Amino acid sequence: MQRFEIVVVGAGPAGIAAAVSAAESGAQVCVLDAGAAPGGQIWRGGAERHSRTAARWATRLRQGQQISVQQNTQVVAPLAAGELLVERPDGPQSIGYDRLILATGARELLLPFPGWTLPGVTGVGGLQALIKGGVPIKGRRVVVAGSGPLLLAVAAGLRRSGAEVRLIAEQSDWARLLAFGAQLPLDPARLLQALRLRATLGRTAYRAGCWVEQAHGAEQLEAVTLRHGAQRWREPCEQLACGFGLVPNSELAATLGCAINAGAVVVDYAQQTSVSGILAAGEVAGIAGVEAALAEGAIAGYIAAGRPAQAQPLLARRAAARRFARRLEHTFALRAELRQLASAQTIVCRCEDVHYAALAEHPSWRSAKIHTRCGMGPCQGRICGAATSVLFGWTPESIRPPVAPVALATLITTSSAHSINLEEHV
Amino acid sequence: MRTHYDALIIGAGIVGAACASELAQAGLHVAVVEQEIVGGGTTAAGMGHIVVMDGSLPELVLTSYSQQLWAELLAERPADHEHLACGTLWVAADAEELAEAQAKQARYSAHGIASRLVAAAELYALEPLLRPGLAGGLLVPSDSVIYPPRSAALLIERARNHGAQVISAAVCALRPSGVLLADGQTLTAEAVILAGGIRSQALAPELPLRAKQGHLAITERYPHIIRQQLVELGYIKSAHASSGDSVAFNVQPRPTGQLLIGSSRQFDRSERSVDQAMLAQMLRRAVEYMPALAQLTVIRAWTGLRPATPDGLPLIGPAWQRPGVWLATGHEGLGITTALGTAKLLAAQLLGHSAPIPAAPYLPARFDKETAHG
Amino acid sequence: MAKVNVVINGRPISVAAGSSVAAALALAGVTATRRSITGAARAPVCGIGVCYECRVTINGQAHRLSCQVACAEGMQVVTDAAL
Ligand SMILES: Cc1cc2nc3c(=O)[nH]c(=O)nc-3n(C[C@H](O)[C@H](O)[C@H](O)COP(=O)(O)OP(=O)(O)OC[C@H]3O[C@@H](n4cnc5c(N)ncnc54)[C@H](O)[C@@H]3O)c2cc1C
Ligand SMILES: Cc1cc2nc3c(=O)[nH]c(=O)nc-3n(C[C@H](O)[C@H](O)[C@H](O)COP(=O)(O)OP(=O)(O)OC[C@H]3O[C@@H](n4cnc5c(N)ncnc54)[C@H](O)[C@@H]3O)c2cc1C
Repeated sequence: MQRFEIVVVGAGPAGIAAAVSAAESGAQVCVLDAGAAPGGQIWRGGAERHSRTAARWATRLRQGQQISVQQNTQVVAPLAAGELLVERPDGPQSIGYDRLILATGARELLLPFPGWTLPGVTGVGGLQALIKGGVPIKGRRVVVAGSGPLLLAVAAGLRRSGAEVRLIAEQSDWARLLAFGAQLPLDPARLLQALRLRATLGRTAYRAGCWVEQAHGAEQLEAVTLRHGAQRWREPCEQLACGFGLVPNSELAATLGCAINAGAVVVDYAQQTSVSGILAAGEVAGIAGVEAALAEGAIAGYIAAGRPAQAQPLLARRAAARRFARRLEHTFALRAELRQLASAQTIVCRCEDVHYAALAEHPSWRSAKIHTRCGMGPCQGRICGAATSVLFGWTPESIRPPVAPVALATLITTSSAHSINLEEHV
Repeated sequence: MRTHYDALIIGAGIVGAACASELAQAGLHVAVVEQEIVGGGTTAAGMGHIVVMDGSLPELVLTSYSQQLWAELLAERPADHEHLACGTLWVAADAEELAEAQAKQARYSAHGIASRLVAAAELYALEPLLRPGLAGGLLVPSDSVIYPPRSAALLIERARNHGAQVISAAVCALRPSGVLLADGQTLTAEAVILAGGIRSQALAPELPLRAKQGHLAITERYPHIIRQQLVELGYIKSAHASSGDSVAFNVQPRPTGQLLIGSSRQFDRSERSVDQAMLAQMLRRAVEYMPALAQLTVIRAWTGLRPATPDGLPLIGPAWQRPGVWLATGHEGLGITTALGTAKLLAAQLLGHSAPIPAAPYLPARFDKETAHG
Repeated sequence: MAKVNVVINGRPISVAAGSSVAAALALAGVTATRRSITGAARAPVCGIGVCYECRVTINGQAHRLSCQVACAEGMQVVTDAAL
């Protein structure tokens, strides 16, 4: 077993900031990340190339004397106290820690509508991630739909990659967007960002109060039905990127016993969870964007390294970022119609092909799960759990290890201390 | 809503559901009070192996009788129970266990249960993924697999069709001829049947129940890589140990193509959390018997609490010193199988009919310290 | 640009080094990664390894995530649709 003073799970902005801050404070740090390179979702495929801020953080991470960065490393389950079971390409490992910082980020909220399971329908960030992996998009007709600022960022990226973005369909309405926009000039950096996006997007249509009602096609997406006020039309396309914001990846925190509220890990002013010695930062502790993730990560890093004074100056930045996030949340609140999109026959649980009608008769997630198999497949409710909490107001039940599907061989690994006992047993 | 019933059943696990179905069909006014969801207790955590076991004569009698009842029930709508007629292949690792397989075969045949000894060569023809060097086995074709929460729900549905009422509430105390609900309401009944699984003790602290925690792990779908439920013969030792932790090779094919991997036994672990070390030990045991399992993907692990009695037999019949209260609990690791037999035995006693199998070995009074001899 | 050669449902294809298996499938014109349990065609959705729609068999190992695995020289990829 390898042992570190501080272990950080996740190498997105929050995890990077946490690791750098802790290491620069003199702690021995290890970063465990499932991805191939540091960066997380927003800086996917290399922080260096993304932006100046990203590059600065990446450099500090790379140059950190006391940071061991382990990519392609999935944290699978807690072992004994202070120990994690991880799966790496070269096999399982156990990693010990004195203090743990969870920066496991978020995934997209995907909501069911007729046809959403067709090949060609993806998440919004999902399509972006697939393209970064080399999926060809050039010349393809794409509709970008759902909600939130990610729609614009991704649409701009799609244009740069040569896609034909037919339309950006934002479910929130102009009234909310304008109220939000009126506040933007107060923040020059954000205004600039918005202007740049506008320039890249050129004449791409942006419709507010607009959403996808249905996706059409036999074996592959051919068109979508869009809804805009009383208007309804069919838009031919090969790709639909549709996402409704983000949900925290709080499963690992839950298996460690951390308190969770509304899907996010509960943290105090110092990013500490309800479990002593475990901190959380970034989207896992509440969806608040990259600025908040960086501030929270740095605070967590300093606190874990025993340097609370260093964290002090970051509190104002975190507060500002969180205020902004609350405005975003209000601006992009989901409209009620989205809960009515699925028909009785629409599949909600994609792993087990469970229809809406089969779920609707159940009082709770657990009841639905036990009696319909909803959430029992390999995604373990990561997609349908979030969807059903929007559709039915359910809260997913207890999380059990492994945090993600793993090779059985990995689960045979226990901590060194345990395996000695086990040998005596056998 | 009526507040008086002929029979009020506490708990809609597989045992309570079976009792409800039996008593409602007998024409009684039945209520089932469940605090959570139908089949959501230990019933949702178990393997659903409908299996004949011969740890003792009463166990053999109750499991084989129950298995016949399952065969009748399953014949109606097997798919709804996610039934898989896979049989059990008891695996003998060495000559000693093969001798045990022979003895088992003789006992089964004496009770009219078909089974067949399998030589090593045939063992590998049946299950090519078993590790080399095993001695042979015993095939029991009548054993099978169901999905317990579904079966519980179907039994409840049948009870409802015969007029039973399902009440969503927690019973917080047993009262003379009735129960007190958590909301303060009282329901009365000629007979109160306690079928609360391991939680029965909260209402009747004198019950000699201990939790035996078990772990299970489920894989991704790998259709047809095993055909029968595979259990090591050493399982019997493991299952009947009255102290200490143990694991055994016990792997089940699900109708989905998934593999359900057991089993472990740990006393007095009351939490439901997974003990990673025990899970590892259990999976290691499985891999010892079937090395190819190591490469499969596990998607989830969980635990369940078996309600265990000191002699390994359930409590079926009148509670001692509690007039009007009947027990149907303590089924440990066999409650899915024995639920149907339990319901018949309980109904016979309640209605004063003659019992289909001798009721004495399962009577709760055997644990009454006041009257028990010796 | 450096290339790697992989085999998809028996047909060789050369893709840019660093491409995901999902990308190689798309480049090979294979739109579905798997068949759902009721037989419907499915393809990658989340792009980050949480939805499990992109499962394929890689080098004989079932249920690998094509959006998370990078192509390697000689890799054999089989989709449900081809089984
Ligand atoms: C698909 C997607 C695309 C996005 N694209 C953009 C964008 O273009 N622009 C934008 O502003 N925002 C984008 N976002 C939002 C973005 O997630 C956040 O603003 C920001 O990245 C949050 O940083 P973080 O450090 O909290 O989490 P993340 O960046 O999500 O980083 C979490 C990291 O933890 C790792 N991880 C999680 N669980 C484990 C585990 N058990 N073991 C090991 N590693 C683990 C993940 O692999 C990941 O690398 C996107 C979000 C998603 C889901
Ligand atoms: C890992 C494992 C594997 C197993 N494998 C098998 C197998 O292969 N074959 C087999 O035959 N058996 C198996 N078993 C055993 C079987 O699962 C149990 O014996 C059986 O489920 C017990 O059923 P029950 O109805 O008594 O209890 P439960 O299923 O626990 O049901 C009791 C119900 O009563 C309710 N309740 C309790 N108290 C109250 C109250 N005060 N008010 C209202 N409601 C209340 C609970 O909410 C619960 O729903 C296994 C068990 C485990 C743990």
